[in-house]
Amino acid sequence: MQLTFVDWLIMLLYFVFVLGIGFALKRYMKTSKDFFQAGRALPAWICGLAFISANLGAQEVIGMGASGAKYGLETCHFYGIGAIPAMVFVGIFMMPFYYGSKARSVPEFLRLRFDEKTRALNACSFAVMTVFSSGISMYAMARLIQALHVFDGLFHALGWAPEGIFTFSIILSAIIVLLYIFLGGLTSAIYNEVLQFFLIIAGFLPLVLLGLKNLGGWHGLTAAVSAVDPRMMHEWKGVLHPSTNPMGIEIIGIGMGLGFVLGSGYWCTDFLVIQTAMASKNMDSARRVPLIAAVPKMIFPFLVILPGLIAISLPTPHTTTTVTQQNGAIIHNTQVVSQTAAEGRGIVPAKVNPVTGKAMLDASGKPLLDYDMATPNMLLHYFPTGILGLGLTALLASFMSGMAGNVTAFNTVFTYDLYQSYIHKGASDRHYLAVGRWATVGGILLSICTAYAAISFNNIMDTLQLVFSFVNAPLFATFLLGMFWKRTTGHAAFTGLITGTVAAMLHHGLTLPLEAVPGIHGGWLGVTHRYSSDMAQNFYGAIWAFSSNFVLTIIISLFTKPKPESELVGLVRSLTPKPETSHLTWWKRPEALGVAVLLGAVALNIFFA
Amino acid sequence: MQLDLRTPMGLMFAITGAILVAWGLKTNGDAIYAKSLGINANLWWGIVLLVFGLIMFILGERRQHKLADEPPEPIDESAPRRGHGH
Repeated sequence: MQLTFVDWLIMLLYFVFVLGIGFALKRYMKTSKDFFQAGRALPAWICGLAFISANLGAQEVIGMGASGAKYGLETCHFYGIGAIPAMVFVGIFMMPFYYGSKARSVPEFLRLRFDEKTRALNACSFAVMTVFSSGISMYAMARLIQALHVFDGLFHALGWAPEGIFTFSIILSAIIVLLYIFLGGLTSAIYNEVLQFFLIIAGFLPLVLLGLKNLGGWHGLTAAVSAVDPRMMHEWKGVLHPSTNPMGIEIIGIGMGLGFVLGSGYWCTDFLVIQTAMASKNMDSARRVPLIAAVPKMIFPFLVILPGLIAISLPTPHTTTTVTQQNGAIIHNTQVVSQTAAEGRGIVPAKVNPVTGKAMLDASGKPLLDYDMATPNMLLHYFPTGILGLGLTALLASFMSGMAGNVTAFNTVFTYDLYQSYIHKGASDRHYLAVGRWATVGGILLSICTAYAAISFNNIMDTLQLVFSFVNAPLFATFLLGMFWKRTTGHAAFTGLITGTVAAMLHHGLTLPLEAVPGIHGGWLGVTHRYSSDMAQNFYGAIWAFSSNFVLTIIISLFTKPKPESELVGLVRSLTPKPETSHLTWWKRPEALGVAVLLGAVALNIFFA
Repeated sequence: MQLDLRTPMGLMFAITGAILVAWGLKTNGDAIYAKSLGINANLWWGIVLLVFGLIMFILGERRQHKLADEPPEPIDESAPRRGHGH
């Protein structure tokens, strides 16, 4: 890649502003509430954009492009089914309890609603997961920087050995994220998430526009994609049976598994996103945050999935020689294309075996494609130097804000739910503010360790993400019962959560996707059922985890003593006065916004159908 | 919060836009635009970002001035504060 000083200038400008915002916010960080909860004083639109950006890490941007290249528009289910309904639900029905309870974190809400052990379980697993996630984000960024040769020119100019690029990328991102969170806490993280939101639009909108223009508009795209696989331009076609759609899933798995269990489990219970809503200035704003977030979330398929579709449907490059005659001399002009690019499809390269250096083939002898390169290659394909720097900055920003969200969630849960509760109670607010700052340093150091561990153990990322899915799958059942059934008890919630996780593990151990060998993909206890794809396996595993948690929590609740009703005011729906919205004009009420968002989601699904 | 995000954000996008416009004018007609289908992507997108950045900056500045004149908005602390146990 050829970067010029303009690209560097734009990247540098971003770093200057990110750190500048951190320094400017430092003087407002007086209490632990300012640091961990942004003083609970931010406007709804800022929190709303941060709410969606917290999820829009680079793994999401690159992963959605990859999925678009691999499966096509069916990827939109992750938005239309997997996100929007859950975002509306959390805004209308759950936010009154999160925000109204004055809990400072999601685990703290569990302590208020249930008991100490449920909080401890959730806080510990959450703290561990955030540190690992941030480490994975760091690792992925360093790998992408290596693959795109972003710093190669710089290293060459400075005479440094190119082996240091991985470490350089990790240290650079760690220092920047550390500084701006250390200085500005959650406010800094949220402001940078909003900055990243606009950067992603600024970097990816021209990319999509150029790609569409190149292919001849939407019709041209449809024609080009249909030449690859006609099913890829449809979101809903063939979803009644797993063998008739690219993802190998069907409507029950999508609706129940992705929509109800996984989507809600993420958007309604993960403190990584909820923390941004809890930072807003009042109850109305807090409820509006996920609903405001849902509006751009509906538009994002165009920005992150389409690049993948365009990448796969462009002509595959081949080595060509053009012969021209100039003043009687014959000039051979050879455009050499690497073997991986020539064996790929569109501008998605083939996967290379790192040992033999040859393209990897699947069972039927076709080359395996490196879909994760779809979106980055689009940037290199269409952007001239200048705007290329902007596109790369957008990618870097999304990596860093993905890390930052995890780090602020970690320092809050560590300080309030672990340190203040079990290690050192009753200290001064100043003390906890200092602990939070140092927890940030510790969290980032642990993330760096995770990133380096990922180099040595190839499978660590897949394994970690698998374990996270076991822990997260049953969560939504606990929150649903806790907030909407006053009879739910702490013992039941605790046992239910553990049972749900065990059920998810058992399901994974007993089932296997087609064409996979037992091991990391499942079946390590023996194969009793084969799913048509790993996604179907994932969706059904979530359904099993949710259902076993749900049923067991109800049964145990009926045999254990519930909390007295007086302690549950503000935490359970039937004992809490409905949030007052009559002072707002009708179209400003969260309910009206929720209905509008749902109608928009339906329209989008029909458009992509 | 006294710092309105729109001010620094607007400034950042305006400067980025200005850089792209300047670069686009300097390289207008260069071979580098073969990639972007012959469109001077730097110039045109630079103009878009410059305008967006300036609008954000002006909105942020106006809000800062308004805030300086008025007392801060009341923050909802009316709901009963539940004990954290500490």
